[in-house]
Amino acid sequence: MSETTSHMQTPTQAHSAQHPIRLYLLVWGLLFVLSAFSYMVDYLGVQGLARWLLIIVFMMLKAGLIVAVFMHMAWERLALVYAILLPPAAVLIFTALMISEANYTILTRLAFFNTAP
Amino acid sequence: MTQSLGNSDLGPTGLRGVAADFSSDQRAFKTASWGKAMMWIFLLSDTFVFGCFLIAYMTARMSTPVAWPNPSEVFALHIGGQDVPLILIAIMTFVLISSSGTMAMAVNFGYRRERGRTAALMLATALLGATFVGMQAFEWTKLISEGVLPWENPWGAPQFGSTFFMITGFHGTHVTIGVIFLLIVARKVWRGDFDVARRGFFTSRKGQYESVEIMGLYWHFVDLVWVFIFAFFYLW
Repeated sequence: MSETTSHMQTPTQAHSAQHPIRLYLLVWGLLFVLSAFSYMVDYLGVQGLARWLLIIVFMMLKAGLIVAVFMHMAWERLALVYAILLPPAAVLIFTALMISEANYTILTRLAFFNTAP
Repeated sequence: MTQSLGNSDLGPTGLRGVAADFSSDQRAFKTASWGKAMMWIFLLSDTFVFGCFLIAYMTARMSTPVAWPNPSEVFALHIGGQDVPLILIAIMTFVLISSSGTMAMAVNFGYRRERGRTAALMLATALLGATFVGMQAFEWTKLISEGVLPWENPWGAPQFGSTFFMITGFHGTHVTIGVIFLLIVARKVWRGDFDVARRGFFTSRKGQYESVEIMGLYWHFVDLVWVFIFAFFYLW
């Protein structure tokens, strides 16, 4: 058992989650605070550009903390990080395509069906 | 040990390391076991699934000339004589984040081979997950009784119902599956399967405490998806 323990603490095992519990509690607390902030955005009724900006910023900070610390991405080799985190960029391109498509659809609906109130 | 590679065997770091890892023959992911790499690749595919749902929601909401129901009012609860906006959703968010916290600590204690604490924290995670699903069931019941159906609702664009049930339903299914797997892995930890390298029921492979971390990856992903759903569907 003592042999196992000493083996677990060698530098080669650094990527396999030998971090102090304090780090997880800190991130947990940060996620709580960020969630409270994003809830306050709705509660206080922030509108317009500020609302979108705040929602996106808090969302990305939360997502970053979860992926980097809770999912240990910060301690993985770059080959895995890039293999997993780059492909979702395709979703952004898809989003851009569908924004243009949705604009076209609403324009057509308003022009030909005139269902606007 | 699957991770017996010394630091000297890992080669260069940074971009040069990415090129070296991918062109190295054999395994590209030098420090991730096949199990962890496969879970990550599954989660990547799941990212696309949820990405497509959210994009479909965006397209529906952007392209309808009918006003979209205001989620702040739709998901408000009547507490103490006044409407509190989104309060149930906020509580669900905190419950899910807490379950992520207990899961992260379970992984940590797993690698320290403290199986009692690991199993207890995994059970706590499962309990919080089940609480989340229960609250979601309450939310669905409330909305259905108010007349929200996949093809109509009292407040505006009919697409609201279909996207809501589709996105939260798929996420709730993920949470439910996660709870079941948490219970299975927690039982293995409790029994000491990973200490004695007992063979598993499906693959007959010897278990390791890394299974807890792989289980954790899935669970954190469920939390991660909720971050995006909370931002785009409930807050936007």
